[in-house]
Amino acid sequence: MKSHQAIRTAPAPDSAVVRGPDEVEVRLRVNGTTRRMFIEPRVSLLDALRDRLDLHGTKKGCNQGACGACTVWVDRRRVLACLTLAISCENREITTIEGLAEGDTLHPMQQAFLDADAFQCGYCTPGQIMSAVALLTEGHARDDDEIKEWMSGNLCRCAAYPHIRRAIRRVRDEQGGERASH
Amino acid sequence: MRPISYSRVSDVGTAIGTVAADPHSAFLAGGTNQVDLLRIYVEQPRRLVDINDLPLKQVEELPGGGLRLGGLARMSDVAEHPTVRRRYPMVTESLLLGASPQLRHMASVAGNLMQRVRCTYFRDTEAPCNKRAPGTGCSAMEGVNRGHAVLGTSECCIATHPSDLGVALMALDAVVQTEGPAGQRSIPIDDFYLLPGRTPEREHPLTHGELVTGIDLPPLPVAARSRYIKIRDRESYEFALVAVAVAMSVAGGRIAEIRLALGGVATKPWRARAAERELDGAPATPESFTRAAEAEMAGATPHGMNAFKIELGKRTIVRALTEMAEREGSA
Ligand SMILES: Cc1cc2nc3c(=O)[nH]c(=O)nc-3n(C[C@H](O)[C@H](O)[C@H](O)COP(=O)(O)OP(=O)(O)OC[C@H]3O[C@@H](n4cnc5c(N)ncnc54)[C@H](O)[C@@H]3O)c2cc1C
Ligand code: SF4
Ligand code: FES
Ligand code: FES
Repeated sequence: MKSHQAIRTAPAPDSAVVRGPDEVEVRLRVNGTTRRMFIEPRVSLLDALRDRLDLHGTKKGCNQGACGACTVWVDRRRVLACLTLAISCENREITTIEGLAEGDTLHPMQQAFLDADAFQCGYCTPGQIMSAVALLTEGHARDDDEIKEWMSGNLCRCAAYPHIRRAIRRVRDEQGGERASH
Repeated sequence: MRPISYSRVSDVGTAIGTVAADPHSAFLAGGTNQVDLLRIYVEQPRRLVDINDLPLKQVEELPGGGLRLGGLARMSDVAEHPTVRRRYPMVTESLLLGASPQLRHMASVAGNLMQRVRCTYFRDTEAPCNKRAPGTGCSAMEGVNRGHAVLGTSECCIATHPSDLGVALMALDAVVQTEGPAGQRSIPIDDFYLLPGRTPEREHPLTHGELVTGIDLPPLPVAARSRYIKIRDRESYEFALVAVAVAMSVAGGRIAEIRLALGGVATKPWRARAAERELDGAPATPESFTRAAEAEMAGATPHGMNAFKIELGKRTIVRALTEMAEREGSA
């Protein structure tokens, strides 16, 4: 195996388009609608959602990847909006807690959180729900240990964990082991 | 967070050329470390080059029987890849025991290898720190150093390397594939991580603009019998206090093959060569395991609050070997 030996290839010169550091036009597809805004490239997806698009459901807890309050989906995968730059999400599909309900009908997971008393202050709840729906899609909710492990990225300061698991179990069982469709 | 400009590139040559041409630029992969450190002023690039469109996300078979993980493959995708799981279970386990599901969807494997240390003083721009600001001193030496390293330390820096994946790769002798302004290189993982010595600010031999394009796992039958054990302050979503990556085969009651690496206790992912020497050909017994653990930790240096890691390290090594031996015995 070649080791440490450089094989020469010519890198292309700096030909990439530079955007910013001042505000630039960014289009984001959020909950099925394309939204246009002018933001600096350093703006996080979390701040863009909350401050530019008035979508306040997604919460800012730690702003450093440690709590999960900012959980949203990008291309249907759960991610942290606080460590994602908004400008990097162009051409991606963003889903927030506001995009879960069908009109006035809550998503089954939202309803289950209400019924199971799965929150106290509610601050972590949007992130918990976005994570919980994704958890079922991923198929990581076979038993309580698995739910615990795969929900560990969402902290709850009020320690509503047992009730959160109850809500998740209920939706899992209602779906009869099927994967969530949303 | 200071202002930055942003470019998005779709081919490797442009990615390298763009970063190489601008000393104040950096690659942006999952951003889970880069954005975090930008926000707290520890990293200060003025331009981010988004490499997420590069075609480096595949897990591919290599001609000789190994496997190549694309540099931009996500931690979650690599962890759940059936071939990785079957042939290199310690790689899957090291990934799934790291960070959280959300972070693993975002983070790339190359970014995981390149992540900076979690030392609180490194992350606090007010504190002296030789790694962040060379020559200012090391606040951890006499400070809160419960999480810090006992192996591979220097008088300049005792920060623990935080990557779990890196520990598994060290046990497997993985090879990091790079491409930079001077061309392509293959760097054995042991050479990819530098000890702090007197230059703790230098963690890798990479030049500015050099891109990690892939990680090669060698063909290694024993790797199918491997595991990753991680001991933490809480059960999940936490960095390691001690971690052990082990691959082992036993024949006729003796250890036929052994690969052992440690995380959480050293300044780089740590190949436990002293322990391997003790174990190679030795009877697969508790006595051998204890002797190996003692041999590896004989070189450890405590720094106050982290002294417990030496005993915890030994016990975790013994536990990992015992569990592997039991599994081998029942196989
Ligand atoms: C709360 C929290 C908990 C965590 N827990 C763990 C844990 O338990 N175990 C663990 O191992 N990790 C853990 N991590 C770290 C996480 O795994 C890393 O941040 C992540 O893997 C970095 O990958 P990324 O793609 O996001 O890199 P980025 O943040 O995009 O980049 C990181 C660095 O690597 C450089 N870089 C990125 N890609 C390349 C490339 N292809 N070539 C050259 N340079 C490149 C960037 O320029 C930057 O300097 C945790 C992180 C957080 C925030
Ligand atoms: S241990 Fe290393 S990273 Fe931490 S303060 Fe000392 S020099 Fe800085
Ligand atoms: S706000 Fe994003 S993880 Fe805490
Ligand atoms: S309900 Fe209060 S933080 Fe979870």
